[in-house]
Amino acid sequence: MMFSVLGAGVAGLCTATSLAERGARVEVIDPDPEPTGASWYAGGMLAPFCEGEAAPEDVVTRGQAARDWWAARVPGVLQQGTLVVAPARDRSELQRFARATRQHSWVSPGNLEPYLAGRFAEGLYFAEEAHLDPRAATRALCARLRDLGVELQFGTGAQPRGQIVDCRGLAARDLLPELRAVRGEMLILETREIMLSRPVRLLHPRFPCYIVPRGEGLFMVGATMIESDRDDPITARSAMELLSAAYALHPAFGEAAIVETGAGLRPALPDNHPSVIFRGERIFVNGLHRHGFLMSPALAEEVAATVFQENHHAC
Amino acid sequence: MFYGTELKNRLMLGTAQYPSPAILRDAIAASGAEVITVSLRREGAGGGAFREILKESGCRILPNTAGCHSVREAVTTAQMARELFDTRWVKLEVIGHADTLQPDPFALVEAARILSAEGFQVFPYTTEDLIVGEKLIEAGCEVLMPWGAPIGSGQGLRNLEGLHTMRAHFPDTPLVVDAGIGAPSQAMAAMEMGFDAVLLNTAVAKALDPAAMARAFGQAVEAGRVAHGAGLMPRRDMAQASTPIFGMAEFAS
Repeated sequence: MMFSVLGAGVAGLCTATSLAERGARVEVIDPDPEPTGASWYAGGMLAPFCEGEAAPEDVVTRGQAARDWWAARVPGVLQQGTLVVAPARDRSELQRFARATRQHSWVSPGNLEPYLAGRFAEGLYFAEEAHLDPRAATRALCARLRDLGVELQFGTGAQPRGQIVDCRGLAARDLLPELRAVRGEMLILETREIMLSRPVRLLHPRFPCYIVPRGEGLFMVGATMIESDRDDPITARSAMELLSAAYALHPAFGEAAIVETGAGLRPALPDNHPSVIFRGERIFVNGLHRHGFLMSPALAEEVAATVFQENHHAC
Repeated sequence: MFYGTELKNRLMLGTAQYPSPAILRDAIAASGAEVITVSLRREGAGGGAFREILKESGCRILPNTAGCHSVREAVTTAQMARELFDTRWVKLEVIGHADTLQPDPFALVEAARILSAEGFQVFPYTTEDLIVGEKLIEAGCEVLMPWGAPIGSGQGLRNLEGLHTMRAHFPDTPLVVDAGIGAPSQAMAAMEMGFDAVLLNTAVAKALDPAAMARAFGQAVEAGRVAHGAGLMPRRDMAQASTPIFGMAEFAS
């Protein structure tokens, strides 16, 4: 059986991988020759327990598979955990976060991240979590797909020839009217004055942010969540909020170079629950919201397991 | 009556910061709220999908100008809200300080005057200051929304005496305690004091179980309102037994 995966974001690439690994013939079709969309601006945190603060329980449960799924397929999955801190006056936010999540322990942040020593009295450490560089992981997964014999039709105008697995993200609004956009904005800073070994989340009642070290002095700072499908560059207000949060984490970020800013539209369902949807002739993998790299592996395996079981029954 | 509209349920809910629109919908239903407020400044015209979900709740929508720091911003945002929601209602917020989110009473009165003249029915987010309240009424407001405490602080009714005085000073103006409410008991206290409604957001949105907390607030607001209507007993300095002691048997020693 042949599968035509539409969309080369993280949902499409993971689904193509899971299908191809089971021996299926697969093509991935994307209208853009270069990667775009929400996945390109992702943080790349594999943090099911932290996300549990607001995400559906299913994200916590099934997201736990992501770390090992990625580590088995691409280089650069760093299992350093996540550190969560809050400014002194927002300590109650940290207590709320602890109540809303699990698999964490109270730590002295300076013991884990020497550059934060003396800046925060306490923090939460989620030891089981990991992170990766989403762009490097995307490239590595594409290379792996080619090795598995998958045809990557990016910007070629190719027409689907097999069973359509629709992973187009927000573009699938034409067939999934319940999809909506949640705008996210990010920026990348470069500085050699500070080093972090793991993603650090700074809690704040109004603008929480996270900083993910990408190596080579690069730090990804994200991300806003705005109920809007406006698809233009980061706003000044969002940049100010993200930058002031980074500055609050460590003043050295104030002297960092802003090497990139970006904005993407996350596809989300009304319950913000990443889902596999069988509707009409198509299989949809969509609604990944904040959880693209975290939940795509679980949804990809769900699609593959389901279709192969169905074929098995048909035989 | 809020600009001629009678509301059975006196809890008004904000719609920001929920884990998902589905949970927001559940919370609205569980609270029984008939009025929900929604911000527009940041989402702008691109927030159509989220607004559709809000409209489906069946609630009356009170658009707000949260995030506006000037008269001009607030007026423009209110005008956009009127077009998007087809309503004359607007919750007018003009923020005086980005950190404390305290209302700017001078800009508030000016914006209220402009919007009232344009036919808006303005719900101004203000402090418990009586003179500001009078100026707002003079500007055309028929409802006042004094704060309980700073937005999102959960401190409850920080100036009880001031709120009591305000209630007494504006006996015929609908008064809504807006902002700073952290617990159902605080919402109930406001209703027991005779306030006409309570508006809150964070205490429900950021609860670990927003729908359950929304239900608790709905019940507290209702209980406080019924209690106020029933006539609370006055406080006394001395104990007063519920059963008279006269006429009881006395044992000779």
